[in-house]
Amino acid sequence: MTAEGWQPSDRELERRRLRSRERTRSLVIASGAMVVVFAGLTVGIARSPGWPSVHETFFNWEHAKAAFPSILDGFWINVQLFLIAEPLILVLGLAVALARQARSPWLAPVRVLAVVYTDLFRGIPTLLLVILFAFGMPSLGLEGVPNSLFFWSLVALVSSYGAYVAEVFRSGIESVHPSQVASAEALALSRTQTMRYVVVPQAVRRVVPPLLNDFVSLQKDTALVAAVGVFDAVFAAQDYGNFNFNYTPLVVVAIFFVAMTVPLARLTDWLGRRYVQRAFAGAVR
Amino acid sequence: MTTLLEVSDLRKTYGDRVVLADVSLTVDAHDVVCLIGSSGSGKSTLLRCLNLLEDVDDGVIVFDGREISDPRVDRREVRSRMGLVFQAYNLFPHLTVLDNCTLAPRRVHGLSRAEAEERARGLLAQFGLADQAAKHPDRLSGGQQQRAALVRALCTEPRLLLLDEITAALDPELVGEVLAIVRDLAAAGTTMVLATHEMAFARDVATSVCFLEGGRILEHGPPEQIFTDPREERTRQFLRRVLPDGPENP
Amino acid sequence: MKRVSLALATPLLLVAVACAPADDSGDDEAADPTPTAADQCEKDNLPLLAPGRLTIATDSPAFPPWFVDDDPTNGEGYESAVAYAVAEQLGFTADEVSWVVVPFNNSYKPGAKNFDFDINQISITPERAKVVDFSDSYYDAAQAVVALKGSAGAEATSLDDLHDLRLGAQTGTTSLTAIREVIAPTEDPLVFQSTNAAKQALENDQVDAILADLPTAFYISAVEIPNSLLVGQFQPDTGEQEQFGMLFEKGSELVPCVNEALTALRDDGTLDQIEQQWLSDVVDVPELQ
Repeated sequence: MTAEGWQPSDRELERRRLRSRERTRSLVIASGAMVVVFAGLTVGIARSPGWPSVHETFFNWEHAKAAFPSILDGFWINVQLFLIAEPLILVLGLAVALARQARSPWLAPVRVLAVVYTDLFRGIPTLLLVILFAFGMPSLGLEGVPNSLFFWSLVALVSSYGAYVAEVFRSGIESVHPSQVASAEALALSRTQTMRYVVVPQAVRRVVPPLLNDFVSLQKDTALVAAVGVFDAVFAAQDYGNFNFNYTPLVVVAIFFVAMTVPLARLTDWLGRRYVQRAFAGAVR
Repeated sequence: MTTLLEVSDLRKTYGDRVVLADVSLTVDAHDVVCLIGSSGSGKSTLLRCLNLLEDVDDGVIVFDGREISDPRVDRREVRSRMGLVFQAYNLFPHLTVLDNCTLAPRRVHGLSRAEAEERARGLLAQFGLADQAAKHPDRLSGGQQQRAALVRALCTEPRLLLLDEITAALDPELVGEVLAIVRDLAAAGTTMVLATHEMAFARDVATSVCFLEGGRILEHGPPEQIFTDPREERTRQFLRRVLPDGPENP
Repeated sequence: MKRVSLALATPLLLVAVACAPADDSGDDEAADPTPTAADQCEKDNLPLLAPGRLTIATDSPAFPPWFVDDDPTNGEGYESAVAYAVAEQLGFTADEVSWVVVPFNNSYKPGAKNFDFDINQISITPERAKVVDFSDSYYDAAQAVVALKGSAGAEATSLDDLHDLRLGAQTGTTSLTAIREVIAPTEDPLVFQSTNAAKQALENDQVDAILADLPTAFYISAVEIPNSLLVGQFQPDTGEQEQFGMLFEKGSELVPCVNEALTALRDDGTLDQIEQQWLSDVVDVPELQ
């Protein structure tokens, strides 16, 4: 609110002029630099000797169109995989993280199991897990257990990501200020009640950004199932490519994945900003 | 006067470090006991021992006629009859103020949601926080947060209230509103043991003052005696440092 | 963005762009002006990756009956034998032949090849011929079906019987296309990254039957999966039989020479002899209509 009759002084006007000039100058330089760089890159790429061949092999419109339907069908498999896997991963991750927090001596074997599971499944590359589960499990010929590659790849993805997410939850739980636990205990809440009503709700809110990050990572890792022959988008693209000797379908698949993950990345940023504000209240101002 | 809390020869160590030794204290019903002393003198540790948040190595604490320092005692049961408020990070940031206050009454003391909310709203109104009930702690000022933390402790109807330097992290202009509540509680007869730096407040409100140094109670007595004519030289030195005019009779 | 860092970045980027790597597309530029056909295919005039050596590629593992013991250098197996026969025709001794491992997926990637030709049961198709060059066919293959004994697949006597079964074939093969276009089963076929995966799936009862070219199918049923059998063979009714050719870089001048060699081998009966030796067992397989 300006006081009645206030006018900016000459000094203030001069400063406004200077700052405005500087802003304009920044804008001009930025635009110029963008134009130069992108024009330069475009020219550089288009004039490289291998470009026509790369254009034909990776960016061929005819092949893109021809492969599109089967890639779309295959992409549905990727989508199913991560939609089914993600809730299971969250549940498993939280369960393992809580298992590691258990204090009761009766639960010692559970705690040890949780540690072993986390170490093992974070250590083994996800690709290996997918191959081992999808090829190994059906070979065991276990009764009553599904045989399909889709099922076992899903199990592999859930197991692998569950271990990472367990660590994320664990760090979230451990990042809750010890005074919160002390306050809860001072109120005579039991350990279980403390975890359930005080610690875990806070921990979960804090780790939303890294969890969303892992979710984006999972979406891309559904492509690993192509290695065992599940006919997802990547394998569909590979198969088309193998038959027609062209890689364009792979570029199409890449575009599919990017289109899916970019909105989620933006959502992650937004949610992160929102939750940080609330999670760190409690410090007395 | 019924004795609510009797502490005899309390001793606590962390490994090799002795943090409390030979601590003896009697708290009768409606007493307000102020613990004063420099940082690291053991005030917080003593309060945490009383609440059984820390293990007691040696010595006896008798609360409400029963020994609570025995490792076999059910700590939760003891804590449900006491309240403890810290310097900071009291309130649970993901819950509204009302939910903060009703959590323990519902989950520990078995009140229904309606009963717990009624009690909480009543106390919040009493302490000028009725408008804040539906807000989350991050929306409250520091003074409001500490007042809410006090209300939360009171919602469980504790026999004994323990306050650990609850104004120490506040901006000076917010300290007053929090102390006002403590004053009212004292006037209403709430039994309290509080650690504080606020000497003027202690002088006004306390029924007895304990000066701690190096984990021992060096001196204790009524506030008139401690603040005007302390027996120990160390007490005098401490008071000279913290009181603007020094003890009245150096 | 700070002005200073922009000012620095621009010239650096310009430099980077100016130095766009010169991609060696691999086309051999220096060719003799107009050599006679005979001269061109003289061993010394051949356009080779490594002068004086013939570099041949195949996948790993190298399966029977095309190779034996996963070792292309022993000259055993149909493709190994044909490769060495062609090499001999071109004037190379056995120890002037080198082998490199090239996974099937890599054989058609753009850019210079690291082999003179690739022999790996690759079917000749017009689509593929746009991207690479093929030699003439060195084997005409039929499609065949393998199933576990006593399973639903084993009962099939015609292509219609396969219609309701779970089928599978290796990626990028004409077998897969045959399933999709000729048999058109009710359930989508399973696609395998490799022959091993196909065999595994059959054993794990994830498919009822797998399709492959006849010799491969025969070997699987006869040796690799003992409790399987070769249900039958068929030709895709598009009329053209599947033909295997050697794969070359587009524009390779080695192709006419290799074709010459193949013609010679066909004419003097060597090719038949090799076929007799390695693929003779496949003659009495029932036909599925």
